[in-house]
Formats: sequence, structure tokens, C-alpha cells
Amino acid sequence: MAEDFHHALKFKYDLCIGCSHCTGVCPTSAIHVENGHPVLDPNRCVDCGRCYVACPMNAIYIEQDDFQTVFNYKHPVLLVPSIFLAQFEEKIRERTILSALLHIGFKCVYEVEKSVDFFKEYYRRDLEGGNAPCEKPVISSFCPAIVRLIQVKFPVLVDNIYRLKAPFDMTAEYIKKSLTEQGIPAEDIGIFYVTPCAAKIAAIKSPVGEEKSPVDGVINMNYLYSKVLRVIKTGEYKMCDESVRFHRLSKASITYPLTGGETKMLRTGRNLAIDDIHNVSEFLEKVEDEDIQDIDFLELRACDGSCCGGILTAENRFLMIERQRRRMQKCSEEVDNEDNDLLNYFDYLADKRHVGKVDPRSMDKMDDNVAAAMQKMKRAFEINQNLPQVDCHLCGYPSCKALAEAVVTDKAQIQQCIFVQRAMEHYDLLTPKEAHDISAKVWGAKKTDPTIAKNLNL
Amino acid sequence: MNFVYHVEGGDFTNAGSTSSQVKRMLKKIGVSPEIVKKTVVALYEAEVNIVAHAYRGDITVDLEEDHIKIVLADEGPGIPDIDRAMQKGYSTASQKVREMGFGAGMGLPNIKNNSDSLNITSEVGKGTTIELINYFQ
Ligand SMILES: Nc1ncnc2c1ncn2[C@@H]1O[C@H](COP(=O)(O)OP(=O)(O)OP(=O)(O)O)[C@@H](O)[C@H]1O
Ligand code: SF4
Ligand code: SF4
Ligand SMILES: [Mg+2]
Repeated sequence: MAEDFHHALKFKYDLCIGCSHCTGVCPTSAIHVENGHPVLDPNRCVDCGRCYVACPMNAIYIEQDDFQTVFNYKHPVLLVPSIFLAQFEEKIRERTILSALLHIGFKCVYEVEKSVDFFKEYYRRDLEGGNAPCEKPVISSFCPAIVRLIQVKFPVLVDNIYRLKAPFDMTAEYIKKSLTEQGIPAEDIGIFYVTPCAAKIAAIKSPVGEEKSPVDGVINMNYLYSKVLRVIKTGEYKMCDESVRFHRLSKASITYPLTGGETKMLRTGRNLAIDDIHNVSEFLEKVEDEDIQDIDFLELRACDGSCCGGILTAENRFLMIERQRRRMQKCSEEVDNEDNDLLNYFDYLADKRHVGKVDPRSMDKMDDNVAAAMQKMKRAFEINQNLPQVDCHLCGYPSCKALAEAVVTDKAQIQQCIFVQRAMEHYDLLTPKEAHDISAKVWGAKKTDPTIAKNLNL
Repeated sequence: MNFVYHVEGGDFTNAGSTSSQVKRMLKKIGVSPEIVKKTVVALYEAEVNIVAHAYRGDITVDLEEDHIKIVLADEGPGIPDIDRAMQKGYSTASQKVREMGFGAGMGLPNIKNNSDSLNITSEVGKGTTIELINYFQ
């Protein structure tokens, strides 16, 4: 297998209480518990962040670049998704937010959705009127968690991925080009992307189907939100003058990050928008099975409410969606080249719009050798048939099936199943002490400390 | 490895469950995505044909290291003229079946296109047997 995926999700074992909530919510069964803590399988994790949301202890964090690296560049530029603004209450004006961002040290601020008008053109050329640039249903490559989900869980569908760069990448290309044309040396320009999620970080640090991202650094959205709010609350910034403002965006650009924003750009065909990774999994399973046919385009997002539901947003997603909609109402239908300078670079960007092939990297494959894989699969079936199908997690794995597969790939022992332990004790194949020690290896000494019996006066 | 699945005629809600299970197995043993896809398409269409046209059937899957052999044997009306049934667009589907979105007459041609070897035998009034093989290399 190729080098591991980069993952931005990290566990803080000092905070983790080993409750295993994260294990149960993972859509790719990438987490199991060992020695009282969750362990991540890097070849399965797609950085969707469901575990981060489920953790009651804030024991999962999202790594980010040191903010000080912003100042390594003479001309640091901030690239923010438009939903960044939707985090703030409406009484805080856009100009205030912009002023605070400039105060923090950025020379200029661009919204990611500046490139949406560019993309709209290509969506229509590539997808309307029965066209398809690849296998149908064409699947949006916007959400990196979904691209990775397809690679690991639905490898049959890799050729359905629309091989188009993400808007943030395209806008970053434009920024680099236009600023160097204005005479700013390329090495002075540092583009910092504000991310709503772990998946985008992973995509920038190890891009799929792309050499290197034009983005120089990543800032977590909730981190920057707090920083801005602090500057505003302390009033330490200087209000910038009227002429400095966020660029005007078209209605389509503002709707773009909301669920349905991508499909709305298309005027023909059967196009569906589905958000939440579990919903997406359920649907893709059926597409892979040929059970769902004749769909032209799929807009898929790992988060409920699309990026407004990103794990690094600071505000409730429903409020953000409402604010985004209200902002949209104030925008005009179309903007011209004067409002959106990016459109003056249409041909330049057109050449850069594609990403390379997305490779399958099936997480289900049980061995590189087919014969060995068959043996393991057979054995896993047999084991699983004997397990109680309670999916209680007590073995440390998210399901009986996951334990069976871990056993045949030598990652776990069957005695980790509590039912198997009881049965073995019944036949004196295991002493109670041995059974206890096996559980202690899964859940750690603390959770399995026998003094609990005394504490409960048993 | 051998597996047998049963299919009931008219049961459209479960049509496709065999191909889904076969798909999962092929992924586990590391068969390339193109071949998984081919096999799913062929098996799905053949499975749906039992549901749409026959009374009941058994699907026997024989999974080997280098190929998969699938035999779909049904009890049903049989196919009087196999060559004709194989033509694109030929269908005897009832109105009821067409309402469910089937009956374009593309199933058998698709099965042919997505299998390395295909053998169909049929006896009118008794049933149809389809045997298809896909190689992994
Ligand atoms: N298992 C079967 N038993 C009886 N008749 C069959 C069977 N499979 C196919 N046929 C006959 O062959 C015809 C063509 O089959 P084919 O799968 O190509 O098209 P279809 O099932 O009618 O439509 P589609 O598969 O496009 O939904 C059918 O209409 C039916 O008359
Ligand atoms: S959800 Fe996972 S990371 Fe969080 S405390 Fe529980 S086991 Fe630890
Ligand atoms: S939906 Fe948006 S926020 Fe959520 S994982 Fe995908 S790109 Fe990130
Ligand atoms: Mg058919």
C-alpha cells in the first residue's frame, strides 16, 4: 500500500477516559480500543470528524500550523470560506470583521467562493445536456472526506469522481498569479486557508491526485473566530475605510457552500445533494450495487448542513445557514469581471483546474495475496457466525464482524469477546483471572480494577 | 468457496442483495475495482431477471483464486428464443414490471458485456439457467 494518509485528527490520551464513544460512530470502523485508549487505523480514517463530535472529553484535537508562521511571509494573505462570516452575529458588521483580520496581520483577505463563478461555467460545460467528464453518476470532489471515503470504502466508484480542483485551491492559484503580477515577489506571498474541518487539512497536507497545494498554511476556523472576536471585543483594531471591503460575490457563490449549492448551478439532469457521511455511505452502497441508476450528478458532503456543520465552525450550523441565506438575498444574480477580478484569469485557471487520477485503496482487502485473502475471509465468516451479534464494543472493536476480521488479520484475539470468555470459563479453558487480564488489555487497568466490587459493597 | 442464495420471483425490494453480498466478498479478497464492477453489473441484471421474469431461483457462487463462477438457476417460464432475448431492447416485460423501471431490454446484453464467459440454457415451461464466469486477471 502507498504511504499512509495524513490525518489531522489526534487523540490526547491524557484527557481520554476510554469510553469508546468514538469507536461506535466511525463510518469506516477505523477506531478500536486498546490499553484503555482508542487507536486509529490510518488506512481507514477519512478525517470526517464524527469521533471529534462524539467525544465527551474533548480528547480529540485537530492539529494546525503554528499561527506564527503567518509572519514568516512579508505578504500574508487570508483565504476564508464565506461561511466564516456566518459564524458572527449579524450586529457585527463585515467591515469590522475585515478590520480585525487586517489588524491581526493579514495584508489582504479573499473569500474562497470567488472562484465559484469560474466553476459554474465548467459544471455547465461538463455536466449539462447529458454530458459527463467521467463515469456517471459524476461525484463532486469538493469534500475531501468523501473523496477518501470513496477511495477506501467504495473503490468501485473512484472513476466517478469529478477530477476538478476545490474552490479554495483555484482561488489560491488566482491569488498567487494576480499578486505576483502586481509586483509582489512570489516568495513573499503566504496564503493561509481557514478550514472548517480536519478533512481539508488532510487534503492540503497530502493531496489526492495533486502534486502540491498552492496553500502555504492552514488555520482552524474556530481558532481564528476566537481571535477575531477578541480583537473586536477589546476594540484594539483600527476600522478600515469604506473602500476596503470583502469582494462582491454572486448569489450562486454564497449558496455554494450550503447543501444543494453545487447542484443548483446545473439546469438539466438528475442531480442530488446528500449531506452527512452516514447518509452518503448508505447511498453510495446502493450506487455501487447498481441499485441506484441514472443519476447524473451527486453533491456529497461529510457534514450535516455541509461545511456549516464542519467540526471546526464556532457557531450552530442552523444559525450559520440562516445567516448565509440572508446574505445571499442581498447579493446580485451575476457579478462581472470588474466585481470579480478572478474571471479575468479564466484561461489561466482553466489550464489548472484538473486533478490527477484518484486511486482506489480498499480498506476491505484482507491480504495482498488473493488466496490468503480468501482463507482469511472464510475464517472471518466462520468466526463471526459464532459471535452473538450484540456489537457491544466490549472486545474493543465496533462490531462482532470487526472483531472477527481483526482476529484473522492477527490484530486481536477471539478471547477479547466477553461471550467467548464466559463460554471458555464454563469449560475451564480460561480462568476468571485470565479472562480479567484479557479485558484489562483492552480497557486498561483502571477500568478493570477489581476493587470496583468492593466499592459497590458487593 | 461456495455460497448459495435464494431469490423469490416478484420480490423487487430485495432484488440486488446477492450482488451486493458478492461485491463485499470481492472487495475483501482484493479483486480490482473494474472487475468488481463488471461482476456486480452482470449479477445484478441476472438476479433482477429472476425477480422480474421467473417464479424463484437459486444463485450459486463459486469463488476461486483466479475467477468467480456464478450459476443462476430458476424455475420459471423459460426463454423460447435466447438469441432474440439477447438483442438490445428486446423485452417481454409486463406493464407492472415496466412501471418499476425495468424492462428496457438491456439486461441480457449488459450481462454479456460484463462477463468473460456466458452460457444460457432454457427450457420453456421449466426454467432458465445462466452461468457466467469472470476472471480476476
Ligand atoms: N430468467 C428469465 N426467465 C424468463 N425469461 C427471461 C429471463 N431473463 C430474461 N428473460 C426474457 O428475456 C427478455 C430480455 O431480457 P433482458 O434482461 O435483456 O430485458 P428485460 O429484463 O426485459 O429488461 P431490463 O433488463 O432492461 O430491465 C425478457 O424480457 C424476458 O422475456
Ligand atoms: S470518545 Fe474516544 S477519544 Fe473521547 S474520551 Fe471516549 S474513547 Fe477517548
Ligand atoms: S462537508 Fe465541508 S466541512 Fe465537512 S468534511 Fe466536507 S469539506 Fe469539510
Ligand atoms: Mg432484465
